Amino acid sequence: MADPSGDPPPEAQASPASGQSSEQLDQGPPPGQGPDQPDQEPPPGQETPPAQAPYQPTQPGQEPPPGQGTPPAQAPYQPTQPGQGPYQPSQTGQSPYEPGQAPYQPQQPGQDATPPDQAPYQPHQPGQYAYEAPQVGQGPYQPLSQEPRRSIYQTYAPGQEPYQLQESRGSLYQQQEPMLGPYQPFVPGHGPYQPHEPGYGLYQPGYSPYEDEIPDPEPRALAIQNAKAYLMKSSTKSGLNLYDHLAHMLTKILDERPINAVDIIENISKDVKWAQFQKKMDTLHDEHEMLPTFELAEKYKALFLKGTGEGGDQEPEEEITDSPLPNVMETAFYFEQAGVGLSMDENYHIFLALKQLVSTQPIQTCRFWGKILGLEMNYIVAEVEYREGEEEEETEEEEVIEEGGKEGSEEKDEEEDEEKEDEPPKSTYKPPPVVPKEENRTGTNKFIYFVCNEPGKPWVKLPPVTPTQIVAARKIKKFFTGRLDAPIVSYPPFPGNEANYLRVQIARISAGTQISPLGFYQFGEEEGDEEEEGGAGRDSYEENPDFETISVMELVDSLSNWVHHVQNILMQGRCSWINPSQKSEEEEEEGEEEEKAEEPDEPQPEVGPPLLTPLSEDAEIQNIPPWTSQLSTNLVPQYAIAVLQSNLWPGAYSYAIGKKFDNIYLGWGHKYSPENYSPSMPPPVQTEYPSGPEITEMNDPTVEEEQALKAAQEEALAAAEEMDEIEEEEDEDEDD
Amino acid sequence: MDAESLPYALDLVAGGGGRLSSEKKAALRASLLLLRRDYRFELVRFWGRIQGIRGPYYIAEGLGADRAGPRSRLYSLNCVEWSLLPPATEEMITQTAGLKGRFQGDPSYEYDSTEKKGEENERIYEEEGVPMIKEEIRLVATIDQIDKAVGIIPRSAFVKTPLGPVHENRNFEGLSLTEAKKLNSYFHFTEPVNLKNRTLLQKADLDPSIDFLDSLEHDIPKGSWSIQLERGGSMVVLRSLLWPGLTFYHIPMTKQHGYIYLGTGEKNIDLPFML
Repeated sequence: MADPSGDPPPEAQASPASGQSSEQLDQGPPPGQGPDQPDQEPPPGQETPPAQAPYQPTQPGQEPPPGQGTPPAQAPYQPTQPGQGPYQPSQTGQSPYEPGQAPYQPQQPGQDATPPDQAPYQPHQPGQYAYEAPQVGQGPYQPLSQEPRRSIYQTYAPGQEPYQLQESRGSLYQQQEPMLGPYQPFVPGHGPYQPHEPGYGLYQPGYSPYEDEIPDPEPRALAIQNAKAYLMKSSTKSGLNLYDHLAHMLTKILDERPINAVDIIENISKDVKWAQFQKKMDTLHDEHEMLPTFELAEKYKALFLKGTGEGGDQEPEEEITDSPLPNVMETAFYFEQAGVGLSMDENYHIFLALKQLVSTQPIQTCRFWGKILGLEMNYIVAEVEYREGEEEEETEEEEVIEEGGKEGSEEKDEEEDEEKEDEPPKSTYKPPPVVPKEENRTGTNKFIYFVCNEPGKPWVKLPPVTPTQIVAARKIKKFFTGRLDAPIVSYPPFPGNEANYLRVQIARISAGTQISPLGFYQFGEEEGDEEEEGGAGRDSYEENPDFETISVMELVDSLSNWVHHVQNILMQGRCSWINPSQKSEEEEEEGEEEEKAEEPDEPQPEVGPPLLTPLSEDAEIQNIPPWTSQLSTNLVPQYAIAVLQSNLWPGAYSYAIGKKFDNIYLGWGHKYSPENYSPSMPPPVQTEYPSGPEITEMNDPTVEEEQALKAAQEEALAAAEEMDEIEEEEDEDEDD
Repeated sequence: MDAESLPYALDLVAGGGGRLSSEKKAALRASLLLLRRDYRFELVRFWGRIQGIRGPYYIAEGLGADRAGPRSRLYSLNCVEWSLLPPATEEMITQTAGLKGRFQGDPSYEYDSTEKKGEENERIYEEEGVPMIKEEIRLVATIDQIDKAVGIIPRSAFVKTPLGPVHENRNFEGLSLTEAKKLNSYFHFTEPVNLKNRTLLQKADLDPSIDFLDSLEHDIPKGSWSIQLERGGSMVVLRSLLWPGLTFYHIPMTKQHGYIYLGTGEKNIDLPFML
């Protein structure tokens, strides 16, 4: 061991490893006295060159000299591994160092050229130990060059010493034949000499103070050593070094074996660098992000579960035949032929959601009306008709509220009367009479609509629509946000929030685009004359039991084969016209101040197309036909269905085949207009007061005018006095 | 969207109500493949469908190795036979700028663009036969406009190689859920306009190989995109409000993304009033 070379051992063991090295030193000789080492050490030192065969026993002595200057010639240092043999037991005893060395070893097995950072040092120490004896002053460098080799060849088995010895002698040859180390699985413990020992210049195998004393290595070996030194330089920016990076990359490639690795080598490189930072982030992200999706998934699951839970026994008995639940899937199938509709998954979810609705509300008929898209969320709309008598409760509530409001206002009027004297003059403005909304189950409020944002979420009932809302909605064009309580900020101001606006649009779309084949519906026979007031007579229809199916070709060819089965909405905002001023007459009897002095012009009764008008009567939109009709397929006309798309309300589709037909709306909820939307102008500025002579400003009379006036007055006065005098004289004359 | 993932992807964008019939889907599968072979494209995409009054146009595009290079566009009336469209030029775009209204559905339909001009000009032009614009030209210009305005990709889905060509990023693992909800994680896949206007501070965080396009954040008007999570939050869908009908989908943490246009081919000029 160190005995023959007393100097190197102390030097080599200078810093931290010193203690350990001393241990090794102590331990060294006894194990190292294994077969060859003690004998071989001195002789190798005397022998030459690294180019000797790997198993040259004399190499140990040679190693130090070549080893110092030529890191590649670390092969010679491999022989030190055998020297490590003796150390292994000591190494194992050197727990502090082994773990430090451990990380690198896994990378080393197959890779001769990728010594871990610490690897360089590990071999040093044991190697130093081995070489100190023969090498005076060369100790420090030996390990550096030896490390890469060592990693491969280090073994845990002291029993392998004999082989190790041979291999260690192998110097250069060992380098070139890295796989020669079957006997030397890499050793985790590398001996007492740690990288941070001052004497061992980090990453600079060739830069020791002792270099001068080292005999010149071969130029090739020197070049390799320099190259390696360059590769190991750490980057000033990231602290990595190319050597390690290449090592990691090659490890990854060899582990994963991608195809065409050369093409994606840059990406792999980036990944490796990236991987340094990824670990810390993982734990933070996963738990937080997935919660909303899980909640929704649970809701969907609930949809599927409820069906089996509740309806187990009851359904087969009664509800199958009378269920108001529409067959959404069938409709979806037909619409798919037309190239329209939602995905099948979504359709099924909607189906289940409708089922849920039907089971919770007393519903007579139910239909999937469509989907309206919004900015943040969408609306799924169901058109529903309540059973007879179910709805009245709600209307009563509304009336109660209104009456309560009226009472409150009456009280206020009384109070105001007392203070009338002090009040500023009240305005004579009377707002135009409000057109009353239509009763439920008639006209625009024929159906009740429920909406939800996503199937699985609770259904919300939309309020009935009022004519003022319809009139206002015709003037604005706004996207839906998806929240029912969102305000509609527009001009002219819309009286209501998004729920009302949504309801209005649904009403308009229904009135404009709900169609059916001619003859499917017919008017009930109860009503007598067709010529009733204003054409507003027919507002109900019923299915025609004698409906003769119209062939698909005819349905497509002519629009007169289709009819609207929803009443048209008049300009007033209602389906049946009402004269608002007539109603005001009734109110006058109760009211105080309503003056009948100003009789507004009698509004002309509005007439719209009656129910069940064919589509051919629809107005064109600037040379665009209001509907586009086509067959679903030209390839198989015998099974094709007729499809109609509305050009006025883009997103409204209808199909018909045989006795089946349906309508659906999938879109943003706006009417098509070929012209740009231009908002209505604000009304002209109001006049505050009527202008008349009392208020009109006049110029003050000028001085001349005043004087002229004064003169005129004096003349008149003088003339009057003369007249009087003349009269008096005449009187006096008469008296005489 | 890529032809290979078409059937699956069509389901994902059906939330907006636009989808293809099964007949068309089946036809596309075969015809797009044949397109690829005949025109030697590296990648064929189904761009979308423009609904005309009398019938729809189905549009496909083919790309070469450079994904940002010039693309060839083809149209078909029945998804089986395809015709190549001429590449879009500035002239075409200005010519068709005044055309409004729906597409007719007939590629040889000619528009009278002389309505605005005086009668004298009409006579002159009619003699030359210039101002009649074919619907085909309008189609080309519209598709180009739509793609440039609202064709988007998620950030880091494509990388720009140092030599210029743009390739798919094989390391793209998808956006995370939080990133997917932000507008600045999506880029317009066209020549960037605002690239140089960013502040130094913004540029510091960017990666030139990935961030070589404009993000959606600075689109005017603000709010012209609607971002929604669909399918229980497992997929993010962006819909353009400027060109209604354009739908972009992406499943976070996966490589799947794509966009399709299913609409009437008209710009929504009323957008500022509607927001």
